[in-house]
Amino acid sequence: MADTKKEGAGTRFWNWLTETQIWKSIFRHDRPNTDRTRVLVMLSNVFLHLHPVRLRKSGVKLRYTWCMGGLSFFLFLVLTLTGLLLMFYYRPTLEYAYTDIVGLREHVPLGIMREMHRWGAHAMVITVWLHMFRVFMTGSYKPPREFNWSIGVIMLVLTLLLSFTGYLLPWDQLAIWAITVGSNMARATPFLGHEGPGSALLRLGDVPLIHAYDDARFALLGGSFVGEGALLRFYVLHCVGLPLGIAVLMAVHFWRVRKDGGISGPL
Amino acid sequence: MSVVKGLINTLADPRLFFMLAVTSLVVLVWKREKIAANSVGYGLLGILAVFFIFGSFDPNFRLIVTKPDNVPIVGLIFLLVFFTWYSVREAVLNDRRILAGKGPVEKEESDRVWVWPDLVYTEMISLIVCSVVLIVWSILLKAPLEQPANRSLTPNPSKAPWYFLGLQEMLVYFDPWLAGVVLPGLIIAGLIAIPYIDKNPKGNGYYTFAERKAEVTIFLFGFVILWASLIVLGTFLRGPNWNFFGPFEYWDIHKLEALTNVNLSEYIWVRGMRTGLPTNWFVREIFGIVLVLIYIFVMPVVLARTWFKRYYAKLDAPRYYVGAFLFLMMMALPIKMLLRWLINLKYIVAIPEFFFNI
Ligand code: HEM
Repeated sequence: MADTKKEGAGTRFWNWLTETQIWKSIFRHDRPNTDRTRVLVMLSNVFLHLHPVRLRKSGVKLRYTWCMGGLSFFLFLVLTLTGLLLMFYYRPTLEYAYTDIVGLREHVPLGIMREMHRWGAHAMVITVWLHMFRVFMTGSYKPPREFNWSIGVIMLVLTLLLSFTGYLLPWDQLAIWAITVGSNMARATPFLGHEGPGSALLRLGDVPLIHAYDDARFALLGGSFVGEGALLRFYVLHCVGLPLGIAVLMAVHFWRVRKDGGISGPL
Repeated sequence: MSVVKGLINTLADPRLFFMLAVTSLVVLVWKREKIAANSVGYGLLGILAVFFIFGSFDPNFRLIVTKPDNVPIVGLIFLLVFFTWYSVREAVLNDRRILAGKGPVEKEESDRVWVWPDLVYTEMISLIVCSVVLIVWSILLKAPLEQPANRSLTPNPSKAPWYFLGLQEMLVYFDPWLAGVVLPGLIIAGLIAIPYIDKNPKGNGYYTFAERKAEVTIFLFGFVILWASLIVLGTFLRGPNWNFFGPFEYWDIHKLEALTNVNLSEYIWVRGMRTGLPTNWFVREIFGIVLVLIYIFVMPVVLARTWFKRYYAKLDAPRYYVGAFLFLMMMALPIKMLLRWLINLKYIVAIPEFFFNI
């Protein structure tokens, strides 16, 4: 087949391609096969520069990290992308929410975006838990990484809330009853829920300040039951508020992994 | 066959299930040297796999395990068993090295390597594997869609999303203000507090058990037993009316469970002193209130002088007291479980006048 003495067609094409003006305008350095270019590739690429240039050998091992932090981030990206596509088809109103989902499953040939979004969300909850588990078992939360652990815990909560708010959107029986069960807890918030201990103390003379139409659950649902207000609230939180929040925290989290001295290891 | 199923149904009873989970943790920690062997880890996964394959021939088992939203939890069970075993194994291997004066493996791997190609390639392969798994999963299993939302038709059981089922399971033992608000809040606060309470400088950046026995054991208890195993319990073993059902049992809506739970105040006033319940709530509940106050305020002090003496000496007072408080709050759940199972205790303090039941 190809002439083994001369360079193969593939190599020649590759050599030509990487010399073109277009290629060189995108990648500002040669192929990363020398120390110098390996530094350059990390420093000149905005996506790769989340990484350090070099790191501990133990830090690249699956044995040590289980890659769970990385997979959590990857799944977050998958969810952002598939979620964006779903937003083209979905309207968060009582009239359309359910039928839009039905449409998605019946009119989109070979459509698996909803599946990827749902299973990806389940998977992300699991990878984030396992990531936390790994970080604990390697003692990586110890100084100087205490603060990054705290940020992680907040991201864990946000991950669960993202999953929870998304659960309502298909507006089927599964959705509203799961959210009803979950949000009923807010009724019992001490002082702020109308069935919570202490809420009866908050009153002006005979007028109770906390009742079913202004308590913590009402604020969460935008109503006294899981209805139109809740759907809109959950939609906005799910598609805008929570993703923005978690994205900002991820930026801080990754930054801190590097600033705290890279992946942890024995001193 | 039916004998085996009957036996498994019995063993899955929440009381036995919980005890078995705790026992396996104790065995894991105690016999870790033996359990670290590869054959044990893969054997465990094998047994689990056999259990699920065996179970899938049973219609009731199949029904609940193949519910689309429950499939991830089957995966979670395997992953959790594997990673719990794996991290303990790595810890044991490191402990042996440390004992031999060689230091943990991670120490030998302190040299720096290039992110490109070493890390970038690992990442790329992980991404590809993860994408393939996700795509295949999405093709094989359709996302569920039930009947349109209907507020007048409550399904039985009504379950929260699976990751909150541990909290829903807590509702069996605590009122919503505790199970749904205060305890979750304390879980979050407690997790955040871990690095600030744990002053042990050892075991930073490598797997080890011997150098942080208490920390690892407490975390495993909280994470694997209280967090994960209760989710499994809530998902697979709780049916209509949140009654218990064995994995091979038909979810019968009419299954009755005798509810004979009794409040502490009733035990003391009615059954103990044979007087009626006092009408004043404070007098009525005084014993429970004192017990709870003792648990929160006196126990940490007592523990500091007795069982936790060593930790009190190692930590300073604020760290010790915050840590002891969080620990006691965590233990409140298993304690309440035991009280319920042993003496059918409903509430320690019951002041329904203010929605204040503990
Ligand atoms: C949205 C979820 C999260 C994402 C995307 C994420 C991502 C990452 C990544 C990519 C790393 C690099 C090392 C690795 O992959 O293990 C990392 C490290 C770390 N994460 Fe997370 N993480 C998340 C949640 C958490 C949680 C829940 C915790 C703890 C409660 C946590 C605590 C830490 C700590 C302490 C490190 C430093 C570990 C070390 O240096 O060995 N993260 N995270």
